Amino acid sequence: MNLAIALWLSQDAVTNGAVYALIALALVVVFTVTRVIFVPQGEFISYAALSLATLQVGKVPGTIYALISGGVLVAILDSIAALRRKSLKRLPSIVFVNVVLPLAIAAATWWSASRPDDLLLQVAVTLAIVTALGPIVYRLAFQPLANASVLVLLIVAVATHYMLTGFGLIFFGGEGLRAHMFPDLQFQLGILNISGQSIAIVVTSLTLIALLAFLFGHTVYGKALRATAINRVGARLVGISSEFSGRLSFALAALIGAVSGILVAPITTIYYDTGLMISLKGFIGSIIGGMTSYPIAAVSSLAVGFLESYSSFWASAFKESIVFTLIIPVLLWRSLTTFRIEEDDEL
Amino acid sequence: MKRRAVVWAALVLLSVAPLILSEFYVTLLNYIGLASIVALGLVLLTGIGGLTSFGQAAFVGIGAYTTAVLTTQYGVSPWLTLLAGFTLTFFISLFLGFITLRLSGHYLPLGTIAWGIAIYYIFGNLEILGKYSGIAEIPPLSVFGWQLSDGRTFYYLIWGLTLLALFGMRNLLDSRSGRAIRALRNRSIMVENFGVDTARLKIIIFVYAALLAALSGWLYAHFLRFVSPHPFDLNGSIDYLFMAVIGGSTEVWGAVVGATVLTLLKDWLKDLLPKVMEQSGNFEIIVFGLLVVLMLHRARDGLVPYLTRLIPPDAQGMVPAGVRPLPQRAQPHAGYPLLQLKQVSKSFKALAAVRDLSFEVQAGEIFGLIGPNGAGKSTVFNLMTGVLATDNGEILFCGERIDDRPGREIARYGIARTYQHVNILPSMNVLENAAIGAYRRGREGVWSASLRLDRAEEASLRREAADQLDLVGLKPYLFDAAATLPLGAQRLLEIARALCADPLLLLLDEPAAGLRYREKEALANLLRALRQRGVTILLVEHDMEFVMGLVDRILVMNFGEKLAEGSPKQIQANQAVVEAYLGSVA
Repeated sequence: MNLAIALWLSQDAVTNGAVYALIALALVVVFTVTRVIFVPQGEFISYAALSLATLQVGKVPGTIYALISGGVLVAILDSIAALRRKSLKRLPSIVFVNVVLPLAIAAATWWSASRPDDLLLQVAVTLAIVTALGPIVYRLAFQPLANASVLVLLIVAVATHYMLTGFGLIFFGGEGLRAHMFPDLQFQLGILNISGQSIAIVVTSLTLIALLAFLFGHTVYGKALRATAINRVGARLVGISSEFSGRLSFALAALIGAVSGILVAPITTIYYDTGLMISLKGFIGSIIGGMTSYPIAAVSSLAVGFLESYSSFWASAFKESIVFTLIIPVLLWRSLTTFRIEEDDEL
Repeated sequence: MKRRAVVWAALVLLSVAPLILSEFYVTLLNYIGLASIVALGLVLLTGIGGLTSFGQAAFVGIGAYTTAVLTTQYGVSPWLTLLAGFTLTFFISLFLGFITLRLSGHYLPLGTIAWGIAIYYIFGNLEILGKYSGIAEIPPLSVFGWQLSDGRTFYYLIWGLTLLALFGMRNLLDSRSGRAIRALRNRSIMVENFGVDTARLKIIIFVYAALLAALSGWLYAHFLRFVSPHPFDLNGSIDYLFMAVIGGSTEVWGAVVGATVLTLLKDWLKDLLPKVMEQSGNFEIIVFGLLVVLMLHRARDGLVPYLTRLIPPDAQGMVPAGVRPLPQRAQPHAGYPLLQLKQVSKSFKALAAVRDLSFEVQAGEIFGLIGPNGAGKSTVFNLMTGVLATDNGEILFCGERIDDRPGREIARYGIARTYQHVNILPSMNVLENAAIGAYRRGREGVWSASLRLDRAEEASLRREAADQLDLVGLKPYLFDAAATLPLGAQRLLEIARALCADPLLLLLDEPAAGLRYREKEALANLLRALRQRGVTILLVEHDMEFVMGLVDRILVMNFGEKLAEGSPKQIQANQAVVEAYLGSVA
């Protein structure tokens, strides 16, 4: 290995690690707020990447049908609940959020499909579709089980992952797709070629992390999420609805997934089932952070990126096994150094 | 119809099934039996023990490959390879358990995924295991020269072993170790205080579950007579976890019900959907996911708890009579310095919870520890029982240092405690909750319990628990779920549990909280009677009337320090104490 290869591998590592860091953050947000180990996070990535690529060839991605039918389903369920509680006032907002908004996004999608060169519009539409799917997934799969044990929530997460993968195959077919490169730029830095895409990934990740830090530190919604994460019952007593926090955290996770999907779409071919492997790497990052610490999760995701990049150089066939095996000593060290409070989920 | 009758009906149906069903359904039933054995291990490990494993399929693989290699390449008898498979699985699971069970909480699932994937790759890459194409022509099993070569005869072997495993597990859960296992998930600190080595017990149930998986693998290899790596990958492990959760991960029958539902569902979906949808795709995976989510929405604890609510329970248990009583310790003579604290300190970051505290409790007395909220009383209890470690100073019990000992060893010295926040197992009945206290006084382990060789000792333990419950006045509620008792009675249950440990020193953390006037009187009388028997009592309490009328000596704490010590009369006259409680008069 010479310096050029080392530098090239490092660039690869930083690029991947930045994406893993985003995923890790999403998983931490979802877990702390809802206790769901969100296995289907990867599907948000593949849905976004494949929707973008589909739009670029001038077709309407199938995810929009999922958004509309999911929205209608949520509207029906929420309306029934509202009628039972005799709160008719809520009906207009339910219909607006779950039916009108998805239809508006659908209209934008058709418009975008007719303009295959309008990159910004494609990105905006992709972000809108996938982000809107997040709360729908929460409402349909997880909200009815908000108080269930972590194990049951995990099983539901795996089942949801199966469903979303199955739908992915129907929407996009078994063929992999790759989106166009965005800024077709190359920089020469000494002996290293830096692609515009790498820079875009790192800059976007850092920006998003900064935005999240601001959201959690300085906005009332972010504080509501933090309150729910620390103590669900206490948060409810001061008027923070845990259903609202759940939907918000899933919307955030979906947004982060959509951004990561759009970022990786031009550099790797994405298949309908690629998401799981990417989110497992992010999962490792967030696990090392104890599922609760954002900065440690981000840093360790970067480490996972390096581990993967260099092990693919030395032993590419065992790339995945090496990443998973080397994680055990780290996990051991983490679990020996953290003090665990017993979780009482027998209630 | 009672629950027992339902079980008998199921057994009868299972025994005639191969006589009436077609070959196809007998094969399905065989697969269900094989999966049930593995899922049963997960019920113990994950549902009851709280340790999530994504690696069970790898142990099935170890059992299957061991017999495949030994029978095809070395001509070893299949019955010997079962032993070989068990031995290999035992050592591998012991090793894996040792390195991964230290992982707590959410680290554990990922750790099990890691070695699960690693073992799968070993199956697929080793020459001797036939790489990804596997090993074929595994010989059939034979029993006394009778070959089990077709599905119908094999059925009886699979289901015979499944039922054996099932009843073994049921026996285990209804035993001394079983009670401790049921406490592992949410009450591990409490059972440590009653002498349970929770780390060791976790490894034992991990190995137990792995051995069940290996048994299933051995049967699988001789039933199919072919093995390849594919069924032993991560998806296989996830399927077993699905079965346990859907069936009801805290119930032994949940494993069978879950395995049945999942196996039938997958089979029907594979057959049915392509016909309905008229195009191929991953529809079965979507419908499968959907049905799982809907099932858990309806019955989040799984199908068995959901269904058993519809069937009335069987008659309540009996307390065994005429059994050998448990041996008791001799209490030390009155006035012996039983417990000594010497300059003990403990801080939580900047907050000094206990500062340079020294006092002595003598055998045969009731010693009261009082003080305003936040004075450090409960911290002192936690330091004495190994829940927290001291920063400085020494704690001696019967002249031996105990401040550097773990909680379970302190239990052996003869200290038993109750908790400020009631620390019982709500779904267990009152008798079993109390019997946890007697854990240290029994010795029968997991294997003898599974085989019901522990009954004599178990009868003594239950008798002891019933006697202590009688003493605190809970006799009418022995077989009620502990959660149904009012708070005051739950505190009495904690006292009975502590008494089951045959303590020299009884630590009571606010025992009178939540009791009504008459109940407090009864409690005071009970504590006096215990003192009469020679038991030493150290109690933390807020109710001054209760304390002053009962105790021999009092220590008052304020801001982590000793404020005063003496008889109730001296304390009531102490100016500093009055100021600490009421503020200064001036």
